[in-house]
Amino acid sequence: MHRCRQVPVIAKKNMDLTFDLLALQLFTGVALGAIYVLLAVGLSLIFGMLTVVNFAHGAFYMLGAYAGLVALQFTGSFWAAMLFAPVATGVFGMICERWLIRPLYGRGIDYPLLLTFGLAYMMVEGVRIVFGKAGIPFDAPEVLQGATSLGFTDFPTYRLFVIGVVAALLLGLWLMIEKTSFGLIVRAGARDPVIVRVLGIDVSRVWLIVFGVGTGIAALAGVLAAPLQGVSPEMGTSVLTVAFVVTVVGGMGSLMGAVVAGLLVGVVESMAVLFFPEAAKVSMFVIMASVLLIRPQGLFGRSGLMA
Amino acid sequence: MSMKNLLELISGHRVLVTLAFFAIFPAMVPYHSIAINVLIFGLYAVGFNLLFGYTGLLSFGHAAFLGVGAYSAGILIAQYGAPWWMAVAVAVMTTVLVAFIMGLLAIRTRGIYFAMVTLALSQCVYFIVYQMPASGGENGLRGVNVVEATLLGIKLDLLNPLQKYYFIFFFVGLAMVVLSRILASPFGGVVEAIRENEARARACGFDIERTKLLAFVLSAAFCGLAGALNAIHLSSVPIETLHYSMSGMVVMLCLLGGMGTYFGPFVGAALFLLIQDIASVYTENWQLYVGAIFVMFVLFFPKGVWGTLVERIRRER
Repeated sequence: MHRCRQVPVIAKKNMDLTFDLLALQLFTGVALGAIYVLLAVGLSLIFGMLTVVNFAHGAFYMLGAYAGLVALQFTGSFWAAMLFAPVATGVFGMICERWLIRPLYGRGIDYPLLLTFGLAYMMVEGVRIVFGKAGIPFDAPEVLQGATSLGFTDFPTYRLFVIGVVAALLLGLWLMIEKTSFGLIVRAGARDPVIVRVLGIDVSRVWLIVFGVGTGIAALAGVLAAPLQGVSPEMGTSVLTVAFVVTVVGGMGSLMGAVVAGLLVGVVESMAVLFFPEAAKVSMFVIMASVLLIRPQGLFGRSGLMA
Repeated sequence: MSMKNLLELISGHRVLVTLAFFAIFPAMVPYHSIAINVLIFGLYAVGFNLLFGYTGLLSFGHAAFLGVGAYSAGILIAQYGAPWWMAVAVAVMTTVLVAFIMGLLAIRTRGIYFAMVTLALSQCVYFIVYQMPASGGENGLRGVNVVEATLLGIKLDLLNPLQKYYFIFFFVGLAMVVLSRILASPFGGVVEAIRENEARARACGFDIERTKLLAFVLSAAFCGLAGALNAIHLSSVPIETLHYSMSGMVVMLCLLGGMGTYFGPFVGAALFLLIQDIASVYTENWQLYVGAIFVMFVLFFPKGVWGTLVERIRRER
């Protein structure tokens, strides 16, 4: 019932440890970490604004992968899937925020969390009813199959594509938050929603959009991950843990923290596959435990934010 | 006698009421295995409730304690042929140790981080046990056979479901006595003070971190006992015992029944098993309905069945 995440070892175990091999595994880790970053950014954005820990984040990731699958089957285009999945899932996320989560604001921080937990339960079972329990393969488009030369070594094109998409998206997100007037409202709202409301801004509309954007990003992560591991109703469960670990390590509410911690967890995990395969699954928890001991608020978190 | 007086009588003698109720409980349900499950999952929820309902800390990692308790007892019995009483005792102690380590890390975080960190740490326990050769990995642990046990000089045949029920009833009853003592002690008061207002409790001079850690460890001990009893009940330990869904289930049990109430966890366990039992006859997608019911409770009855009932009765004159 529990599908473990697969970290590919591109090299065989008995192969000599060379610079090329290390570089290859490093890039694999960055690609893996890029998907973690997307998940953590969405989670962190939603928490920073709404102070809601979205326990359905993994379920939105899973839903995004299935939405992508549907789009792929109807249009035959991977690009259409990449566009449709975040939009459709984001709209669904906004519906959930408006009708389910909003009534719980002001009732204590645990209630939205409990609600999203129940929501995730329903989403996973709903997908099982519609698409069946078995995993479904999901192919990357032909352009992205095969390998690309990086000068010193060949690297799977699709993974390079993932890194590129994530980098572009993060740049766009950063520009939106730092340079637009909407971003200004988002930043102000994260700091003090009451004052923002006093200034005549409809904060609840901003929250609605932020929840939509956050779940949409999770859906995009789901589509991007689908060609790497296929899609299954349970794919969101293990990923939820990773997203939590990354946000704890990076510091909740910090975009920079999500990026650094996501890449760190991805790279350490894929390096551990190379050196200590038994410890690969546990490696990220070791990172989390160390961060908690040394810097409980996370690498980039402000202390006191979480009180 | 009015409902209110009846309620006061019940809450005034909560241990006696629990013991009396569960002594005749097998006669009220169609088969004994349901009665045993209500006891075990009720105890699991009781442990969780001590942390969530009374201390106000929402953990999403309690499957780790149920699992560690079950695996410790199971491995001792199945692979080392240890007597059952030693297995149960060691299981509770191992759980306490694991909870102490997890607690030390989780308590360092504040507020909402707690749920995330406990979930992550329990997932870590899952992977470690999964890879342990002694645990049987994906297939789970088999052969946890305890055929008979002597309790207080009485020989019980554990292959007989009714006698097995009373074997487990003994431990659950004991746990409920202990819980009642904990809640009535000064420590119980501090714990509730932390739930109501942590800053004020700190200002009153209580050591918040130590109290939280102790509550965490005590809560885990109940869950570890539930796990050990479940291993004996099932004669096996499935790996799902440690799974995230088990952590989620206990949150549901507790909320359905009524968090922060003495009887709530058992009401929740009975209700959950009942819904599961009925729904799974009509549909294999019973989780959809369980999820929907849970969402309804979060939105409209956050105090749960027992909590809402108590509130209604207290309000009328």
